[in-house]
Amino acid sequence: MIKLQNLHKSYPMGKESLHVLKGLNLHIKEGEFVSIMGSSGSGKSTLLNIVGLLDEHDEGTYHLNGQLIEKLDEKKAAVLRNKFLGFIFQSFNLITYKNALENVALPLYYKGVNRKERQKIALEYLDKVGLKEWANHLPSELSGGQKQRVAIARALVTQPKVVLADEPTGALDSSTSHSVMELLKEINREGMTVFVITHEEDIAKETDRIVRLKDGVIISDELVNKKVKV
Amino acid sequence: MFNLDRWIEIFQTIRKNKLRTALSGFTIAFAILLFTLLFGIGNGLKNTFEREFAKDSMLSIYIWTGRTTKPFKGLQSGREIQFKNEDYKYLVEEFGDKMQTISPRIQRRNVQAVYKGEQNNYTFRAVYPNYLTLESAEIESGRFLNMLDLQKRSKVIVIGRLVEQDLFGQLSALGKEINLGGISYKVIGTFSDPGGDSDERYIYGPFTTVQRIYGNNDELDEFGITYDPKLSVDEAIMFGNLLGKSLKEKHSVDPRDQGAIRVNNYAEGNKQVSVMMLVLNLIILFIGIGTLIAGVIGISNIMVYIVKERTKELGIRKALGATPKSIISMIMLESIFITALAGYVGLLIGTTILKFIGDSFEEYFIINPSVETYVVIGATIVLIIAGTIAGYIPAKKAASIKPIEALNDD
Repeated sequence: MIKLQNLHKSYPMGKESLHVLKGLNLHIKEGEFVSIMGSSGSGKSTLLNIVGLLDEHDEGTYHLNGQLIEKLDEKKAAVLRNKFLGFIFQSFNLITYKNALENVALPLYYKGVNRKERQKIALEYLDKVGLKEWANHLPSELSGGQKQRVAIARALVTQPKVVLADEPTGALDSSTSHSVMELLKEINREGMTVFVITHEEDIAKETDRIVRLKDGVIISDELVNKKVKV
Repeated sequence: MFNLDRWIEIFQTIRKNKLRTALSGFTIAFAILLFTLLFGIGNGLKNTFEREFAKDSMLSIYIWTGRTTKPFKGLQSGREIQFKNEDYKYLVEEFGDKMQTISPRIQRRNVQAVYKGEQNNYTFRAVYPNYLTLESAEIESGRFLNMLDLQKRSKVIVIGRLVEQDLFGQLSALGKEINLGGISYKVIGTFSDPGGDSDERYIYGPFTTVQRIYGNNDELDEFGITYDPKLSVDEAIMFGNLLGKSLKEKHSVDPRDQGAIRVNNYAEGNKQVSVMMLVLNLIILFIGIGTLIAGVIGISNIMVYIVKERTKELGIRKALGATPKSIISMIMLESIFITALAGYVGLLIGTTILKFIGDSFEEYFIINPSVETYVVIGATIVLIIAGTIAGYIPAKKAASIKPIEALNDD
């Protein structure tokens, strides 16, 4: 599903440039539940941005769903994001003036789904994350956990190939974190490829595969959960 | 290409961001309101000006005679100059192509008019039918003189509204006979004149009739001329001077003699008036442009602020699959919609206020302040275009910003 080969990325910092990713090789297959672990500055956010087509890599190759990603213009990137990727952010990134249902329906709007259909699908996904009753509430009226559930519903609504979660529990307390992770597990069990970035060991342990990143290189890549998929 | 979904999205944004909408809407509405008011008041001033200076025909030249003040070609000063019918012929033949109308005139002041028991003294003018164009008079009933009256030397007259009021009270004077200086004339018409009371106390009779009755000669007092409207003010002034010079030559008067043949050329007054009008117009234009520029700057600032404020939202939209084009069109359509609507509201308020003011500010020299609709619509379009450009630049920037940067923006 995601195939990275010898990926490099550096950011210009004044006259110098900061080499963040130093030749990453990573292959994530469909249906995997992977977490990227690393302390801040290890390059994990950069990796997520590149995988999420929010940023461009300098060197190496990136295949998403078998498609080589290179020299994407903004429009193509937007279409690919809409089609293949669902995002979950640490700070939720819900649109404040839209209610839960409208937030969930927004990716469908950009996909070109008609209004009625959008509402219907969005409500289904809200139901799936257990927030059907909260459909007409604004983000400000929801708790952190509920906001993240709305964000998860929004990430899933277009039926993407991969869900990318950037510190999905970073702003949540431990019990809420746990329930959010349970939800992600459930999504994974349904066959979705889930890609989590975290610096918390507990969260990483809930996934099936932990990739550890340090100073822009992968230092370990291990399967943790022994459970066998049916 | 109408896209209902897109508009629903835009309306929601507008509705859910009332402060932002109100802010930009207010700026536009206020700019258009000010523009309408200032422009309207400027036009009101102009109207006053035009009314004050446009009593009689603006194109008139009057020429009359007096005594010479300088000896010339062996002739003494103090000689009385008298126009005759041949002078009329001469002017028509020599200068007819530059004139709109020309009428000779004989005028007798304090002519006693009697109708039944009523009597009063009036100025009696003997003229040609086209003299009417020289005055701003309008026929109220009946008709003015015509050429047939002159040919037949009919004893008919046209009287001013106040003459009718003086002699006939509430009754109509039409068809009645008035005794004027001992001779009976039939009233064939009445007129009104916005020029004032004295202008409405004139009595007009056929030139030929009066010339025969008073003196039975070919003498006349004065010429009333309107010049070709195609002449510029400067050309008209030159034309008036030429008429004076030619008549002086014809009557052997020193060209520098100002007493013998006098020319009152309205074009000279018009020149001053038109300069003042130009200044007034420039002031109005300046005010209008100034207001518009203020509005344009206002809307530009607001658009920059709006886009800045929405950076994060736009980043989210992009992460969810919004193309740069859809971002730009969303911002622009929103901006155009608000500008157009607010502009219309400003226009409506402005014109309502102007209508409400009406003529009540007449003492401040403002009459019927109003703005031509096309001017205001033009101004609104300018603001819409400005809002669009002002929105486009930051929208373009926002659309090209990497979503990840937008998302990190707090």
